[in-house]
Amino acid sequence: METLAMHISNGIINGPVAAIFAALALATLTVCVLRGRRDLDDRLAPMAGLVAAFIFAVQMLNFPIFTAGVSGHLLGGALAAMLVGPWVGALCVSVVLVVQALVFGDGGVAMLGLNITNMALVGTAAAYLLIALLLRVLPRTPAGLAITAFVSAMLSVVVASQGFVVQYWLGGTTDLGSNLAGLAGTMAGAHLLIGIGEGLITATTVVTVAKVRPDLVYALRGLRPAAAPTVPAVGGVR
Amino acid sequence: MAVGAGHAHVLYRESSSPVHRLPPEVKIVAMVVFTVAVVATPREAFWAFGGYALLVVVVATLARVGPRWLLSRALIELPFVLFAVALPFLGAGERITVAGLHLSVDGLFGSWNILAKGTLGVLASLLLAATTTTRDLILGLDRLRCPHVLTQIASFMLRYLDVLVGEARRMRVARISRGDDPRFLWQLRGFAAGIGALFLRAFERGERVYLAMLSRGYSGRMPAVWQGAGAATAGQWLVAATVPVLAASIAATALVLG
Repeated sequence: METLAMHISNGIINGPVAAIFAALALATLTVCVLRGRRDLDDRLAPMAGLVAAFIFAVQMLNFPIFTAGVSGHLLGGALAAMLVGPWVGALCVSVVLVVQALVFGDGGVAMLGLNITNMALVGTAAAYLLIALLLRVLPRTPAGLAITAFVSAMLSVVVASQGFVVQYWLGGTTDLGSNLAGLAGTMAGAHLLIGIGEGLITATTVVTVAKVRPDLVYALRGLRPAAAPTVPAVGGVR
Repeated sequence: MAVGAGHAHVLYRESSSPVHRLPPEVKIVAMVVFTVAVVATPREAFWAFGGYALLVVVVATLARVGPRWLLSRALIELPFVLFAVALPFLGAGERITVAGLHLSVDGLFGSWNILAKGTLGVLASLLLAATTTTRDLILGLDRLRCPHVLTQIASFMLRYLDVLVGEARRMRVARISRGDDPRFLWQLRGFAAGIGALFLRAFERGERVYLAMLSRGYSGRMPAVWQGAGAATAGQWLVAATVPVLAASIAATALVLG
């Protein structure tokens, strides 16, 4: 039954709770816009667009888990946090969610606050905290970076899925009673598997980018002893 | 790149109906208000959902969007329909017996709630998508005072989606011409190995696109916005307001009666 494609559709959560989360998402996004504006320079602007496009494309891939009935898709919060930082990253995922809700009807427009809170804010924040922690602990090698990306992506997906459980507990339109714990368990289990897929994609992408253009990885900015950034020459990047 | 033509997405239905001709910002506001009205309606007010469905049918007819197209695209909602079907079995509280099945009353109402509100919401956004190109959509968001950081990310996202798809196609052709035989599940390995390379190639191409745009005077917003042409007139706002106002009055009546 947990075919919650992560985008909550209209009518699953009641109006007042949806409104509260919409206000919460709006307030947090305002902070992200203010902080993100500072981050968004000439190099980050195209990167933010590409990260959003990549997440958009990857969210189209639905993972069937066990049976056709249970599926979910990638969120991209960790990838965004890794490559463009938490503020712009949260904005990227939000943009993806808004466009999907407006254009594809994936996730109800009235539930946008809930979806943004789960996937863009909670997911990206959890991922960034893990990235910041793991990058300090693990050795500065490609393997360390890969593990950081994998673990933060996997766990952020599980955390985001529990956001839905909390929201359902607060304002689910149907009282599940004791089945709520079951919902939490199934959501966590299903998204642990999705998280593995997400972790693999995030790790391969981030490691490749870090190998060729380390200047593009936001999470590595403060950590590396300032290697001269390769400023792309106009007209020829290669 | 032809800006208008390049950004018509898969769901866009080329036409010149009255709905297509409305400015995007007007349609976005109408759609959002309509959806909020639907969600705010108490689930016991069955007649209200009939009214909303009628509004959707009228707009779809005006926009010349056929019922078959609309219904087949609405299948995106399917996962939630399955969740809705499970609710009568999982819900707590009072239970009734229907056709030999022991069902929760609250669960039955819950699945009706999700089915009705979910479907109406999906249909409303499909109508918006069918009548508005993505470029217009971003233009509309910008005119609605959406922060430039967001519209900038959104417009780059749409521009780079094409870049990404193009690079993926090129890499696939390159793989095939080197003797790979990408079919069904086996291409997953090649795809996974190449995903980092795909990202980098798309970025470097996208960066060139961006630098070319900068050198031609791009300042973060689309020309149509700062030129100020084509923004909605008061008359267009009034015309488009009919649907959300009707929906809001249905919701208000349902709330008062319920």
